[in-house]
Amino acid sequence: MSSATAAQGSPAASKAGNQGASTYLNHKKTIRSWLLTLDHKRIGVLYAVTLATVFLLAGLLALAVRAELFMPGETIMSNDAYNQTFTMHGIMMVFLFIVPSIPAILGNFVLPMQLGAKDVAFPRLNLASWYVYMIGGALVVTALLVGSVDTGWTFYTPYSSSGSVSVLYMTLAIFIAGFSSIFTGINFIVTIHKMRAPGLTWNRLPLFVWGLYATSIVMVLATPVIGITMLLLFLERILQIGIFDPALGGDPILFQHFFWFYSHPAVYIMILPAFGIISELMTAFSRQRIFGYKAIALSSVAIALLGFLVWGHHMFVSGQSAISGIVFSLITYLIGIPSGIKIFNWVATMYKGSVWLQTPMLYALSFLFLFTIGGLTGIMVGVLAVDVHLHDTYFVVGHFHYVMMGGTVIALLGGMHYWWPKITGKMYNETLGKIAAILIFIGFNTTFFPQLILGAQGMPRRYANYVEEFTFLHQVSTIGSLVLAAGLFLVLGYMVYSLFRGQKAASNPWGAATLEWTMATSPPDPHNFTRTPIVTRGPYDFHLADEVFGPQHTGDGAGDGAAPEPAVPRKTETA
Amino acid sequence: MGNNGTVWLPEGASTIAADIDWLFYFVYWTSALIMLLVVGGMVYLAYKYRRRDASDAPRPVKESKLLEISWVVIPTILVLLVFTWGFQSYLKMNVAPPNAYEIQATAFSWGWSFDYPNGASAGNELHVPVDRPVKINMSSEDVLHSFFIPAFRVKQDVLPDRYSSVWFEANQEGEYHLFCSEYCGTQHSEMVATVFVKSQSDFNAWLDEASAGEDLPLPELGERLYTQQSCNQCHSIDGSQKVGPSFQGIYDQERPLASGEAVVADDNYLRESIIEPNAKIAEGYPAAMPSYARLSEREINALVAFIKEQ
Ligand code: HEC
Ligand code: HEM
Ligand SMILES: [Cu+2]
Ligand SMILES: [Cu+2]
Repeated sequence: MSSATAAQGSPAASKAGNQGASTYLNHKKTIRSWLLTLDHKRIGVLYAVTLATVFLLAGLLALAVRAELFMPGETIMSNDAYNQTFTMHGIMMVFLFIVPSIPAILGNFVLPMQLGAKDVAFPRLNLASWYVYMIGGALVVTALLVGSVDTGWTFYTPYSSSGSVSVLYMTLAIFIAGFSSIFTGINFIVTIHKMRAPGLTWNRLPLFVWGLYATSIVMVLATPVIGITMLLLFLERILQIGIFDPALGGDPILFQHFFWFYSHPAVYIMILPAFGIISELMTAFSRQRIFGYKAIALSSVAIALLGFLVWGHHMFVSGQSAISGIVFSLITYLIGIPSGIKIFNWVATMYKGSVWLQTPMLYALSFLFLFTIGGLTGIMVGVLAVDVHLHDTYFVVGHFHYVMMGGTVIALLGGMHYWWPKITGKMYNETLGKIAAILIFIGFNTTFFPQLILGAQGMPRRYANYVEEFTFLHQVSTIGSLVLAAGLFLVLGYMVYSLFRGQKAASNPWGAATLEWTMATSPPDPHNFTRTPIVTRGPYDFHLADEVFGPQHTGDGAGDGAAPEPAVPRKTETA
Repeated sequence: MGNNGTVWLPEGASTIAADIDWLFYFVYWTSALIMLLVVGGMVYLAYKYRRRDASDAPRPVKESKLLEISWVVIPTILVLLVFTWGFQSYLKMNVAPPNAYEIQATAFSWGWSFDYPNGASAGNELHVPVDRPVKINMSSEDVLHSFFIPAFRVKQDVLPDRYSSVWFEANQEGEYHLFCSEYCGTQHSEMVATVFVKSQSDFNAWLDEASAGEDLPLPELGERLYTQQSCNQCHSIDGSQKVGPSFQGIYDQERPLASGEAVVADDNYLRESIIEPNAKIAEGYPAAMPSYARLSEREINALVAFIKEQ
C-alpha cells in the first residue's frame, strides 16, 4: 500500500473556510428552489424535516398508549380509542418513518458524497420519491378524516375486511408510499454501480454504502409484494372476490404469508442501514480500521437475500404445518448468526484504537448494548417451543422495540449527530448531547425491559386493559417512556437551537477519513466537491489519511469549541 | 391466581411447562453470559484505549483469524443446540396423545364457549381434570382469535375457516387465565376466560351439574347463559350503559331503530336480535353484536325468558 494522500490536495474552499462561499444551503433561497430541488442534499433535508414530524406525531401516540396502560381498566381512553391509537402509532412508525428513515435522510445526503459523486444517478426520480411519499402521507391523513383504523399495522384478515372504509385508504397509502422506497432503492443501486469516484473500488466502499446497497436490493425486491398484498385487500373489498376473507371463500392465512413475505425482509430494510452507520461511527471514533471489513460488507448482502426465506417465523402458532415451522426456525437462526458476528466485530474495532466518547459514539455504544438485547431476545423467540409461549405477548413488543428503536432509531440519532456539522454547518452543544444520549438510554431500557418480563409472564399485546398482576411493570414502563420522551425532546431542542446559534463547524470536526469529511466543506458546495476526488486508500485507513493527519494537512479541520483540534501533525511515526 | 412463578415465567401448571422453562432459562443464561461479554468487552476497550490526545494516531491492528473463527463457530454450535432442543419440544406440543379427553371450543367476538362430550357447555370458563391429557378442538365464528394459557405455556390461533387444536396435561389444581392473544377488535383485551383445573371427581361433579341445564327452569338457564355467553360484557341488567343497551325493562317497549323506524321488543324481536343482531340495529348503538345462531333452541328461549324478567 502506498502512503500517498487519498486526495490530491484539499478543496480550495476549505483553506479559506467557508465564510461567504456558496453552499448547497444558501446558493438559492426561495421555497420553490427547495420544493423543486434536484440536489440529493436538499432532498435529504426535505425528508429529514418530514420524517422528524412523523416521528414526533407517532411518538406522541405512543405516549398516549403508555398513559392508557398506566392502570388496568379505562385510564384515559376507551378500548376503541386505544386500538386506533396503537394502530396509528404502528402504521406511522413502520411504514412512514422507520422504513424510509435512514436511507431517505442520511442515505440521500451522504451516499453520493461518500462515493465522490455529484449527485445520485437519477435526481428527478429522487425528487419524485419524496412527492410520492407525501401523497402516501396525505392518504393516511384522509383515512383518518373519513373514519378510523383499528386493525393494527398488520391488517390481519378477516378482521381488516370488516372494518370501516378507512382501511382502504390506509392500504392505498401504503401501496403508494411503497413506490417511494422502490425509487430510492433503484437510484441507490445504480448510483453505487456507476458513479464511484476514480479509485473507489468495491473494496474501498465505506460500510454505510454497503449497508445501503444491501437495503436497496431488499427495497426493490420486497416492496412490490406488500404493494400487491395491499392491492388485493383493496380489490377484495371493492369487488367482493374471495382472496383472504373466509366469508367470501378466501384464506386468511394466505394474507399472513403475503404480509410477512414483505414484512420480514422489511426488518432488514430497517436494520441494514443502521449497521452501516454503526460501522462508520465505530471506526471514526476509534480511529481504527474496522475489524473484518469484508465479512461485514458481504454478510449485509447475504442477510438481505436470506431474509426472504424466513417469513414463516411469524406464523409458528397460526396453523402452518410443523415441518414449515421447523424449516423457518432453522433458516432464521442461520441468518441471525452474521448479525451476531457484526456485534463482535464492532466491539473488537476499539482494540488498540483511540476511543473518543463524543455524542455519536455514545449512541454507537448504546446501539451495541440495545441491539445485542434485541438480537438475543430474537434468538429466544426463534426457539420454536418457547415462541409458542411468547408469541403475541409483550415479549415480542419488547423485542422489536429493542431492534427497531434500540437499533435503527438509535443509529439514526447517532448518524444525525455525526453528520449534523456536515449537513447544517453548525455544531450542536456537546454537553447537552451527552446528557440526552444518556437520558434516552436510561428511558429506553426503563420503558422496554419491563415489557420483556411482562410478556414472559403472559401479558398479551394489543390489550387496552389487563389483569391486576401486571400493573406494576406497566407503570414502570410508562414512567420510562416519559424519560425517553424527555431525552428526545432535549435533542430536538438543542438541534434546533444550534441551527441559529450553533458554532460554525469545521470541515472535518471528528477527524474522519471518508470523502464527505476529507474533501468537502461544511456545509458542502452545491456540487459537493470542487474537484473530483481520487481515491487511493480504504475508507478507514486512518494511517494513510495524510490529508487529515499528515503534515501537509491544511488545518481546516482544526478547532471549534465542541470538537477541538483532531487535526494536528501526528507525534507518532506513520504506520 | 397466586403467582408462584419465577421473575420471568409464571407458575407452570402443565406437563410441558417444565420443558419450556428449562429451555427458556438455558437461552436466558447463555444470553446473559454473551451480554456480559459484549458489555464487558465494550466498557473495557472503551476505557483502556480512550483517547488521550487529539493527535492520537493508532496503528492499524492485524485481525486475528483465530478470534474470528471462534466467534463464528461457538455461536453456531449454541444456536443449533437450542434449535434442536426447541423443535423436539415443539413436536411434543404438536402431537396430542391418542387418549386425550376432547373438548370443543368456539371463539367469537368477544368470548369463548366450551362444549363437553356429555353435552355440558360453559362460556368463558374452561373446566379440565388434572393429570389427564386434554385436547381442545377449536374454531372461530368470526375473525381470528388465539387460545393462550400462560400457565400451561400453550398457544394456538383459532381460525374461522378451519379447525385447529391444542393439547395439554394440567398437573396442578387451581385457577388460571386464558387470554385471547390474536387481536380481534374492541373487546380483545376483555376476551379473558378462566381455566379451572380440578381433581377428576370434582370435574365429574361439575360435568353433571353443567349438563343439568336440561332440567333447569328457563329463566335460570337464561341467567347462567347471560354470563357464560358474555352478554354481560355488553348488556347490563341494572340500566347502566355498556356497548349495547341495558336489558332493564326493555321487554314489550317501543325500541327506536337506527333506520328511523321503531319496533316493539316482543319475543320475536328479542329472538331475532340474538340470532341475527344486524337485521335491526337499535338506535344510538354500533352494529357490534355477534350472532348467537349457534345456541340451541332451548338456550335462546332461556335467554328471551331471562330478558323478559329484567
Ligand atoms: C359485543 C357486545 C355484545 C354482546 C357480547 C352481546 N350483545 Fe346484544 N347487542 C349489542 C349491541 C351493540 C346492540 C345494539 C345494536 C343492535 O341492535 O344490534 C345489541 C342489541 C341486543 C338486543 C336488542 C336490544 C334492543 O334494545 O333493541 C338484544 C335482545 C340483545 N342484544 C341480546 C343479547 C344477548 C342475549 C346476548 C348474549 C347471548 C348479547 N346480546 C350479547 C352488543 C352485544
Ligand atoms: C417513543 C418511544 C416508543 C414507545 C413508548 C412505544 C410504545 C409502544 C406501545 C406501548 C405499543 C403497543 C403495544 C401493543 O399493545 O401491542 C407499541 C406498538 C408498536 N410500536 Fe412502538 N413505541 C415507541 C417507539 C416506536 C418506534 C421508534 C417504532 C418504529 C419502528 C415503533 C414501532 C411499533 C410497532 C410496529 C408497534 C406495533 C403496533 C401494532 O401492534 O399494530 N415504536 N409501541
Ligand atoms: Cu421476521
Ligand atoms: Cu382477541
